[in-house]
Amino acid sequence: MPRFAAFVPVFAALPTLAWAEERKGGMPQLDFADKLLLSQVVWLAIIFFALYLLLAQWGLPRVASVLDERARRISGDLDAAHAAKQNADDALAELNAAARHAHDEAQKAIASATERAKKEALAQTSALDARLKAELEAAEARIKAAEQAAAGALREAATETAATLISRLTGRMPEGPALGPAIEQALAARQAG
Amino acid sequence: MAVLAAEGSTIDALGQFRLGHGLGEVGGSVNFTNANEIMLLAGAVILGLLFFGMKPRAIVPGRLQALAEYLYDFIYNMCVDQIGEEGKRFFPFIFTLFTFILMGNLLGLFPYFFTFTSHLVVTGALAILVIVLVTLVALRIHGLHFFSYFFPAGAPKLLAPLIIPIEILSYLSRPVSLSIRLFANMTAGHVMFEVFATFMLMLAGALGALGYALALGPLVLNIALMGFELLVAFLQAYVFAILTCIYLHDAVHLH
Repeated sequence: MPRFAAFVPVFAALPTLAWAEERKGGMPQLDFADKLLLSQVVWLAIIFFALYLLLAQWGLPRVASVLDERARRISGDLDAAHAAKQNADDALAELNAAARHAHDEAQKAIASATERAKKEALAQTSALDARLKAELEAAEARIKAAEQAAAGALREAATETAATLISRLTGRMPEGPALGPAIEQALAARQAG
Repeated sequence: MAVLAAEGSTIDALGQFRLGHGLGEVGGSVNFTNANEIMLLAGAVILGLLFFGMKPRAIVPGRLQALAEYLYDFIYNMCVDQIGEEGKRFFPFIFTLFTFILMGNLLGLFPYFFTFTSHLVVTGALAILVIVLVTLVALRIHGLHFFSYFFPAGAPKLLAPLIIPIEILSYLSRPVSLSIRLFANMTAGHVMFEVFATFMLMLAGALGALGYALALGPLVLNIALMGFELLVAFLQAYVFAILTCIYLHDAVHLH
């Protein structure tokens, strides 16, 4: 398409060109009698070659060095940014690890404190239990002793009562040794009953 | 676009292409022409653009530096895209060719400036330079194997007497089409400038007040034509450069 477009002015101008040529007789571009026509080509060669050398040796490397420097700078900045991001990531990971560590430590401390408190409470409870038990036992022992004492006093009172009753009923004192076992037996029988 | 030459009622549309001496006495003694003056100016503009444009060496380029870098990247990418990795070696040549033709086309649009790309011998010389370079590159890379280019692999042997002359002819017609395309485009555009401008003067001179009003027509046409010629100036330089790249691609890769 651009190649067609390029020829549009040519087609448009051809009639004028032909007309103009008719009137003037020949295009200056094809007038080989004019020695300037070819001398301009010699100078063209010199100028073009000089321009090529200047561009190839000086002009284009000048642009290339700036473009290279920019590319280097950009890649350097990118590397620095990557490194910075890496550092930041590392620091974040470190921070996370520290936080997790602290959290674990705290958890452990709480657990051990709870454990200790539980143990202490248990120890206190068992100590209290033991004391209460001891007191209970002591109290029971006292009650038993009191009971025995009471039972002993009861036997004496029973023996005396029996002896008094017998002496009142029979008019004579029963013999001590015989009365004792009998009362003992009766008490035991009552207790068992 | 050269000086208007409306001598009386004749149109001298081709006078603008007539060569003259340049650079005064010294230039005259070595047949330096006014076309060569514009060639020097074109070279100076290109080198000046690279010198002043790249002077700041800024990381973030200014306008002129961006223009120089854009031009560089544009041609560089064209070389690498069209020719391949080997294109980097031809980049300075393509850059010189493109900018030289572009500047010749653009500077030619200024009044009183000679358009050296409107001369067939100039475009022909550039085209011959291209085709000689392309052939030398092909011979250097492929040696005698280069001549297989004129007979595509897989074509029936019987057709060889037909295909080979056609291929050689098409190869040789490259510089012809390359040079005539540029020459014809520039010549045609400048002839039209001249013709319309002369119409304006003729109308204004012959018909008085009415002529001045009517002269607006060719004036508007010339303004539109200037826009079109700007496009053509870029397009023809681009076409010349990209065809050179395509020929170099063929030379490097042989089809």
